[in-house]
Amino acid sequence: MRDTARAIPQQPPGPAVGPAVEPVPEPAPRRAGGPARARALLRRCWPPALIMLAGLGLWELIVALAHVPGYLLPAPSAIAADLATDWPVLEPASLVTLQEVLLGFVIAAAAGVGLATALHLSPVARRAVYPLLIGSQTVPIIVLAPILVILLGYGMAPKLVIVALICFFPIVVNGIDGLRSVDAELIRMMRTLDASRWAILRRVEFPAALPSIFSGLRIAATFAAIGAVFGEWSGSNQGLGYVMLAATPNLLTARIFAAIVLLTAIALLLFGAVSLLERIFVPWAPRGERERSDPR
Amino acid sequence: MTGGTGARADADAIELAGVTKGFGGLTALAGIGLSLSHRSRTGIVGPSGCGKTTLLQVVAGLLEADAGLVRVGDATTARQRLARCALMPQRDLLLPWRTALDNAAIALQNRGVSRAAARQRTRPLFEQLGLAGFERSRPEQLSGGMRQRVSFLRTLMAEKDVLLLDEPFGALDSITRGQLQEWLRQAMDAVPRTVLLVTHDVDEALLLCQQVVVLSARPGRVVRVLTGGGGFRGSRREIVTSPEFASLKEQALAAIGS
Repeated sequence: MRDTARAIPQQPPGPAVGPAVEPVPEPAPRRAGGPARARALLRRCWPPALIMLAGLGLWELIVALAHVPGYLLPAPSAIAADLATDWPVLEPASLVTLQEVLLGFVIAAAAGVGLATALHLSPVARRAVYPLLIGSQTVPIIVLAPILVILLGYGMAPKLVIVALICFFPIVVNGIDGLRSVDAELIRMMRTLDASRWAILRRVEFPAALPSIFSGLRIAATFAAIGAVFGEWSGSNQGLGYVMLAATPNLLTARIFAAIVLLTAIALLLFGAVSLLERIFVPWAPRGERERSDPR
Repeated sequence: MTGGTGARADADAIELAGVTKGFGGLTALAGIGLSLSHRSRTGIVGPSGCGKTTLLQVVAGLLEADAGLVRVGDATTARQRLARCALMPQRDLLLPWRTALDNAAIALQNRGVSRAAARQRTRPLFEQLGLAGFERSRPEQLSGGMRQRVSFLRTLMAEKDVLLLDEPFGALDSITRGQLQEWLRQAMDAVPRTVLLVTHDVDEALLLCQQVVVLSARPGRVVRVLTGGGGFRGSRREIVTSPEFASLKEQALAAIGS
């Protein structure tokens, strides 16, 4: 069998078989070039930017007209000013929180994708673990924070655990769904093409699951900052959560808002990083949002 | 690495005797008997739901028959048959993250051949089958007809003796289907294999296959075996309008209708 089969590709490439090729429409450029892309980005960004600017303007106006005291509700301009003056406090705190968010997220991503793969490969394990996994989500993870502080101390460990616990669930669920989404006929075909279980996982199921895994990662990215702050609120002496706690009794409201701005920035940064990785690793994925917003 | 053991005289022939397969209370196949000689081409036609696809999966070793003998070469168990047959599904099912060439070469990689070597071994046939210039195209950039050509080549590159084609052109428009039937006829002449083709298109079966088996509606039974197809000379249009072809087609349609 092997011998006859081997011989085939080495046949002299004779005249091409059949009518060469039917005309194929020129493939559309996969991605618009530099300036066009920048314009598309601008087109996508201006509506939310406009709404945000309008909101900030309204806020500024209300605070100014109603003479709201700064300790109740600081104006956006006051928050911006505080960001500058309190930077020596905010910067190290941001770095601590950023570290907790990133590390916790990476731990959750590794554990989540790993568990999803394991549960996908073993139906028995999936039946045993999946209901427990869903059930575990009824435990408000936030309330575990004080217990974790008792167990693990004031350092970074309890924060990482909280962040990872919060991020873990959407990654696992989306990972399992993605791995199971593969067409049964495709798997059958691959089995006749000598694919082992591992080859099917690696060449078919895992790439097919990537878009779904990335949706899970994006959801998790928005949760990570929340986890870090709750971890810090439960016991810490550094980080943005700690800055907020310390500022509250002193009515340093502008500083609290400045910390919120930085937390949001961290969450957005993580979200952006995940989206960027998705574009790099899943270039074939349908990008509904992007294409639908394109008026062409 | 799989398969490839044993010296076999007419090892590539396929033989089915009394093959029965049911799902729950439904009998899909009832006592199917078939025999395919080495490097021959057999078409299976029948009304939809007659178990054509089930039959292919049983031959491929993806399913085990409830009763009866299924032999592909010297392989009789499902696991052994799986190593002998390559299946081409109705939908192309090309992997969108692989280029056309890498899609065609996937079976070699599954057997442990490196990506570079797999590409190199696939390239000559890629060109010979009229796909040159599309090596680096992604499936989404190819027309439906081109995708089916890549899909067929992927099946071919499994380097199996038996090709099982499950309504390979069923999803294409009739013009493209005609072109691809012509293309497949020449491809199968250039790279001969034992072929079992399932189709609902009687013309396609008679055009491509020397032997055409007509199955009955569920439960699937062999109603009629027609020989004399497949060997026609000339263009597709000349063949389809010839009296011999018309007579065979008439017999096939009569068998399906009975």
